[in-house]
Amino acid sequence: MKILVGYKRVVDYNVRIQVKPDGTGVVTDGVKLSANPFDDIALEEALRLREKGVAEEVVVVGIGPADLTAHLRNGLAMGANRAIHVVAADAVQPLTAARVFLKLVEKEQPGLVILGKQAIDDDANQTGQMLAALWDRPQATFASKVDIAGGKATVTREVDAGLEVIEAELPAVITTDLRLNEPRFIKLPDIMKAKSKPIDTIEFGSLGVEAHDHLKTTHYAAPAKRSKGVMVKDAAELVAALKQKGLL
Amino acid sequence: MSKILVIAEHLGGKLNSSTARAVSAATAVKGEAIDVLVLADSVDAIASEAAKIDGVSRVLTVARPENAHPLAAILAPQIAKAAAGYSHVFVPSTTFGKDVAPRVAALLGVAQVSDVMSVEAAHTFKRPIYAGNAIITVEADTAHTVVATIRSASWPAAATGASSAPVEALAVDAALPTHTRFVELKQGSSDRPDLQSASKVVSGGRGVGSKENFDIIFKFADRIGAAVGASRAAVDAGYVPSDLQVGQTGKIIAPELYMAIGISGAIQHLTGIKDAGTIVAINKDGEAPIFEIADFGLVGDLFKIIPELESLL
Repeated sequence: MKILVGYKRVVDYNVRIQVKPDGTGVVTDGVKLSANPFDDIALEEALRLREKGVAEEVVVVGIGPADLTAHLRNGLAMGANRAIHVVAADAVQPLTAARVFLKLVEKEQPGLVILGKQAIDDDANQTGQMLAALWDRPQATFASKVDIAGGKATVTREVDAGLEVIEAELPAVITTDLRLNEPRFIKLPDIMKAKSKPIDTIEFGSLGVEAHDHLKTTHYAAPAKRSKGVMVKDAAELVAALKQKGLL
Repeated sequence: MSKILVIAEHLGGKLNSSTARAVSAATAVKGEAIDVLVLADSVDAIASEAAKIDGVSRVLTVARPENAHPLAAILAPQIAKAAAGYSHVFVPSTTFGKDVAPRVAALLGVAQVSDVMSVEAAHTFKRPIYAGNAIITVEADTAHTVVATIRSASWPAAATGASSAPVEALAVDAALPTHTRFVELKQGSSDRPDLQSASKVVSGGRGVGSKENFDIIFKFADRIGAAVGASRAAVDAGYVPSDLQVGQTGKIIAPELYMAIGISGAIQHLTGIKDAGTIVAINKDGEAPIFEIADFGLVGDLFKIIPELESLL
């Protein structure tokens, strides 16, 4: 079985996001970029399935500008067999990303597509579900445990009410939640090895995907700031303050 | 004029309050009708609850045995069919809605607006990105149906009781897949409130020092009826499992009271709590960034302060 993994590059989770004063976007110049944390979890899960002998090949997929190559090399260093780079100058919205993945799915015929449940930049939480719909295959979102056997995936999902277990016939789309696994660290020799692994480059325009995005972002604003509160001198003063607000 | 279809979320035959919150958002669109769609195996009790929500024009029901459990692959084709004639489809932005709504949007061939915080106009919305560190205004194409998930924490539940909307069975001709099956739902066995929805949360950080020491956090939380959370540092150090992690990559929460104990306040943690009502910080380092956003700060040793707090309650 082959596994496709979505591997998006985002602003690192430790960066303090600054909205540009003119409201046209957030500051990304000179800001540290990293793999979307949920995508690292997706890749780790795919690698573990390969190590268990469930899958033979793990392919990381990125959509973005020419310099995305370095990011995809990290995915290869982590252990993916090869990478597909769909070259697109601009960021694509989830529906467009799902349509791109569908084209790749038709070409690659994977048994499983694993994506992060959301990217920590646009926080859309859509691409996996949209791909599953367009592909007309099962989706198992917010996965915290995945077992593959007998042509189906048994997936434990983190839902508001608790843990839901579903069965999905393969091929299927799985999106990862935080608890699924702890991604491995990249070791230096793996970085060297990754240099010789293949990255296929596909021009976005050659896929025949409609590039029209339905949503227009017209303004960016910083969230309302919390004002600095007061320092209390001891436990008694804290309890009194909280009781006065009806919180204790 | 806008017609809005709100998808009801329910569990165990009861309507979830997220539905009435989505109705509030639908009301803000100022359209001509708000219909609530109930998909279930047994719809009557849920539909009669939905019919009492103020602002609801009609409750539409689809009763099928396949709808016994909320599987997106089963529900989405029915919702997509039912959406015909509506300008908007609103779904609560809970794990239920986040799972099913994008599948509906893709079947309709339209984009989705996730986590709507405010409705500026019928096709203009505000939503958070970067875990709420930026708020964007998005305009949806007026030529297409708007599929949106509604961020529960941003909307009050619409009032109930005064109204009684008609309930109508809806015939939906949709082929349903059999490739996805429900196995079971394991609901939290603990008596402790759920971290995501609790009104009070007590979180511990690296300052707690060890897995054993974390007992003091659990005991204090139980004392005040709070859920327990943790910083990423505490999770990475192995003090508690990652389902307790609060922050950008963990859970983003908005309780009425949040108590951060031994948490310095890394950006990734602050991002997860900035919508909390009142934030209390207890830390031995008076320079910790957590004090910048805390409503009440107390500098000192948590192992001395927590027993003092307990004795005062």
